Amino acid sequence: MKHSINKLEETPSQTAGPYVHIGLLPHQAGFDIFANNFSHEIAGPDTKGERITIEGMVFDGSGAPIRDMLLELWQANAEGRYRHPADRQQGKAIDPGFRGWGRTGTDFASGLYTFETIKPGSVVGRSGTKPMAPHVSLWLVSRGINIGLSTRMYFDDESEANAADPVLNLIEQPARRKTLLGHRGSRDGKTVYRFDIHLQGAHETVFFDV
Amino acid sequence: MADEYGEFYQRNRDIHPPALTPTYKTSVLRSPRIPLWSLQNSLSEVTGPVFTPDELGPLDHDLIKNYAHTGDPVGERTIIHGQVLDEDARPQAGVLVEIWQANAGGRYRHVNDRYFAPIDPNFGGCGRTLTDAEGRYWFRTVKPGVYPFRNYINSWRPAHVHFSIFGSGFAQRLITQMYFEGDPMIRHDAIAQTIADPAAIDRLVAKLDLNASIPLDSVAYRFDIVLRGRRATMFENKLQGN
Ligand SMILES: [Fe+2]
Repeated sequence: MKHSINKLEETPSQTAGPYVHIGLLPHQAGFDIFANNFSHEIAGPDTKGERITIEGMVFDGSGAPIRDMLLELWQANAEGRYRHPADRQQGKAIDPGFRGWGRTGTDFASGLYTFETIKPGSVVGRSGTKPMAPHVSLWLVSRGINIGLSTRMYFDDESEANAADPVLNLIEQPARRKTLLGHRGSRDGKTVYRFDIHLQGAHETVFFDV
Repeated sequence: MADEYGEFYQRNRDIHPPALTPTYKTSVLRSPRIPLWSLQNSLSEVTGPVFTPDELGPLDHDLIKNYAHTGDPVGERTIIHGQVLDEDARPQAGVLVEIWQANAGGRYRHVNDRYFAPIDPNFGGCGRTLTDAEGRYWFRTVKPGVYPFRNYINSWRPAHVHFSIFGSGFAQRLITQMYFEGDPMIRHDAIAQTIADPAAIDRLVAKLDLNASIPLDSVAYRFDIVLRGRRATMFENKLQGN
C-alpha cells in the first residue's frame, strides 16, 4: 500500500540513537535537569496488587547484551483495567495510585533492565475472543533500531490463561509463543520475573506490528 | 468518521525505514529477522499513558533557560514549533513531546559521548512539553551542530533534534529526528537515508518560518508531526467492553 487513503501520512520513524537517555532518562545520561523524572518504578506506595520486579537483558544478533536500549512498559492494573478513557470495561475500578507506564534503560555496564511494578489482571480481548491472559506491553528503541519494536510479556505461572490467550494462539509456531514468557522466581523475598529479549537468532522474540 | 478511541489505521511501513538497513551498520545486528506478527488492536494497543501539565516544570520546554547556570548557552537562538495531527488531520491535544539534541558544537551532554567538541556549561540539551488544545507545541533552544559518528570513518550527522511523541494510544508511540531546511548534510546521512522515499525524508525537514521568528531575537522553524489515525468503531471490530 504505497499511497494512503488518509489525508496525511504518518511522520516517519528514525532511530533513537545512542544518546536517547538525554531526553528520556537524563539521570542515566549523567545529569539532573527536570524536577520530576519518569522512571522504572511503575507501582507507587499506594498501588494495589502483587508487587513484582520484571528484569532481563536484550541481546543483539551476535548474542551480546545491548547496553544502550530504552524500554517502555504499559500495563493494566491489578483488576485488569487500563488507566485510559478508552477502557470502558464494567466492574473494574481505576487504581488512583497507578498509571501503569514506566521507562528504563539497560545498564551501561551489565546490560540489565528492571521495572518495579505489580502483576496486572486479565483484560477483555477483542469482540468474539476470550479474555487476554495477564500481560504487559513493551516498546524498545535504541541506536540501530530504525522503528520501535513492540512485544508483550506474559507470566509463566499463568499457564491456563496463557493456553487460552487469543494473541498467543495467533502465533503460528507454538515454540515461538514461549519467547513471550517471563519466568517467575524470587530473590530476597521479592518476586522477580526474568524476561530476556532476543532481536535475532534461534530464540528471536516475537515482535508485533500493532 | 474516526472514533476518538477506535483502533488505529494499519501502519504504512513503506514510509518508515525498514529494520535492516546495512548502510547504517548498527541496524544489522539489531534488526529482527522474522517478520513482525500483525496484531489487530485490543485495549492494550488503543490505550496508553496520559500525562498532565503538573508533571512538567515551567522551563521544561525552554532549552535556553532550563540548564542555564552562568548565562545563556552558546549558539543560534532558535524556536522549533508545530502542530501534532493524526492521519485524518485532527489536532492531537495533550500529547507529550520530548526532545534532545547536541549543543551548538555538536557535543551531547552524555556520559558516552567522547567527541572532543566542548560541553556547554549552560546547555542540558533536552526539553519536553504537552500540546495545547489545538495540538500545538513550542520549544526554544539553540541550533545543534553537526557531529561525526562511527559508521564510515567520515560519517557526519546533519544538524538534528530528536523527538519522542506519545499519542493517545501506546500503538502511536513514535521516535524520530527533525532536520533543518537547506542542510546539505541530509543527503549524505546514513540515518536519514534509511528512509527510501525522498518525500518522506522531506517531511522530517523543518521549514524556516520567518513569521514565527522573534525579530532581533530568535529564528523559527516549523515541524508538524502526524501520528496514526483511528478507525471508526464499526460493529464487527468493536472491542468487548465498549
Ligand atoms: Fe543525535
